[in-house]
Amino acid sequence: MTPRDGQGPRRAKRTKVSTVSETTHDGAVAVGPVPPAGGGLTPSQLAAKYGLSVSGARPGLAEYVRQLWSRRHFISAFARARVSAQYTQARLGQLWQVLTPLLNAAVYYFIFGLLLGTDRGVDNFIAFLVTGVFIFTFTQSSVLAGVRAVSGNLGLIRALHFPRASLPIAFTLVQLQQLLMSMFVLLAIVLMTGEVPGPSWLLVAPALVLQCVFNAGLALVMARLGSKMTDLAQLMPFILRTWMYASGVMYSISHFAAHAPAVVKIALDVNPAAVYIDLMRFALIESFTSEQLPPHVWALALGWAVVMGVGGFVYFWKAEERYGRG
Amino acid sequence: MAEHNDTAPGGERVPTVIVDDLHIVYRVHGAGSGKGSAVGALSRLVTRKGGNPNVRKVHAVRGVSFTAYRGEAIGLIGSNGSGKSTMLRAIAGLLPAESGRVFTEGQPSLLGVNAALMNDLTGERNVILGGLAMGMSQDEVRERYEQIVEFSGINEKGDFISLPMRTYSSGMAARLRFSIAAAKSHDVLMIDEALATGDRSFQKRSEARIRELRKEAGTVFLVSHNNKSIRDTCDRVLWLEKGELRMDGPTAVVLKAYEEFTAK
Repeated sequence: MTPRDGQGPRRAKRTKVSTVSETTHDGAVAVGPVPPAGGGLTPSQLAAKYGLSVSGARPGLAEYVRQLWSRRHFISAFARARVSAQYTQARLGQLWQVLTPLLNAAVYYFIFGLLLGTDRGVDNFIAFLVTGVFIFTFTQSSVLAGVRAVSGNLGLIRALHFPRASLPIAFTLVQLQQLLMSMFVLLAIVLMTGEVPGPSWLLVAPALVLQCVFNAGLALVMARLGSKMTDLAQLMPFILRTWMYASGVMYSISHFAAHAPAVVKIALDVNPAAVYIDLMRFALIESFTSEQLPPHVWALALGWAVVMGVGGFVYFWKAEERYGRG
Repeated sequence: MAEHNDTAPGGERVPTVIVDDLHIVYRVHGAGSGKGSAVGALSRLVTRKGGNPNVRKVHAVRGVSFTAYRGEAIGLIGSNGSGKSTMLRAIAGLLPAESGRVFTEGQPSLLGVNAALMNDLTGERNVILGGLAMGMSQDEVRERYEQIVEFSGINEKGDFISLPMRTYSSGMAARLRFSIAAAKSHDVLMIDEALATGDRSFQKRSEARIRELRKEAGTVFLVSHNNKSIRDTCDRVLWLEKGELRMDGPTAVVLKAYEEFTAK
């Protein structure tokens, strides 16, 4: 294998015709079991005659969904295996599932609650902040896992056949599991800060489902981008941090943006991360009333989930046959 | 293989794999030679001139064409790095072609020792995940689990199946991978140097398993550096050298030429 840089394939393409005739007629000894190819048919005619299909071709969208559904056990088993392998190298093991979100919340409380005092206009700031941090972390880690979902599992992709969308979806499920752990911590904190469970707590479930679909779609998009653009893994932390600061994780958007121009206000309100965070706050925190919610918030949450979920899936499927290239 | 339906009603031979002018190019990141400095990367971004020297293209398969028929057992020979495994991956549809096409009957399966599983998971998880990824149902996996573990012989020296794969020796890992892949029967089967791994007793077991699989499969490809096992199992041999098809013919003829070539 002589490694030639840059122009190797291009040059090869130009001389394609002569190379091929050399290998098939001069180079290859055409004796024995090699009969004249199907009576003068071209390879594709021969393939059509015997009903052969192009290897590794991308299936249609409906067929792809069916294949993916038939691998649902693989997806869930993969996610469960990933979760259990996550902290095996650490001595405290699975305890980190709870410790990580707790420490995260403590750091943000120290900086934004105590040092910077962004708690203006927020009654139950601890619950407000912790909800924001946990819900945003769910989206953030789904994106980061999505970027590496294809590029970090090339060995698996080049070894076995399965719909590649299994990987980003499985990684989103891993993050969902992590979030459910965090939710227990979150509920404990919220109760400790004096909130009383009410019927609005039931809204947690639909909000989480919508966010999960949104995250899966986003992870699928990031997986396709990350499989081609290797720099993305380096760039994403900065983009995500900017996104977090714009999403009202540690301050109240409705309070801070009260005097902002209308365009800025709308942009902050339709931001999907802010939408899902606000829904969760509305569900859990008594003093976070519907006045603080942006208009049409459930429609926005549903819209983002559908657009991102379906769009991300189609976008990922479009490159299905190329993920093995790396 | 005479009892197989090798020929179509008209007496013609039925093709199972058609490879039409196949080219495969690998893009290797991080292979730059000092040119990949920060300043260089920045100036490349600004001027947009030339490709990234950090990405090197390796033209692994260069215009290979052949047709394989039902009932054939085809050996693939050639020196290391001649593109044998790469071509098999393309036939299996795991690696996209740069140009040219591969037509196959059904879904070909690649049985390789290079199949990377998940190193931080236990052998047990890998067996289950591998089976599910190959499209087995949960029940099938549960049913065959014991069989797979027993075949691999991983547990001969204690309970190793519950340890993470990263703690396995390379021979043990290869045995487990082969055992997982061999648990399923296949239409077009490609075996990539699977016979070379493992100790003598495992080799014997896997040879027997491959013979079984050959009976069930329509066409078998075998990559091996062991000319004896090629001679024993194959009736046709393709010789790849530097990504090009150098020779294609009956086993005896091609192996003779190959042995002359390698003796030099």
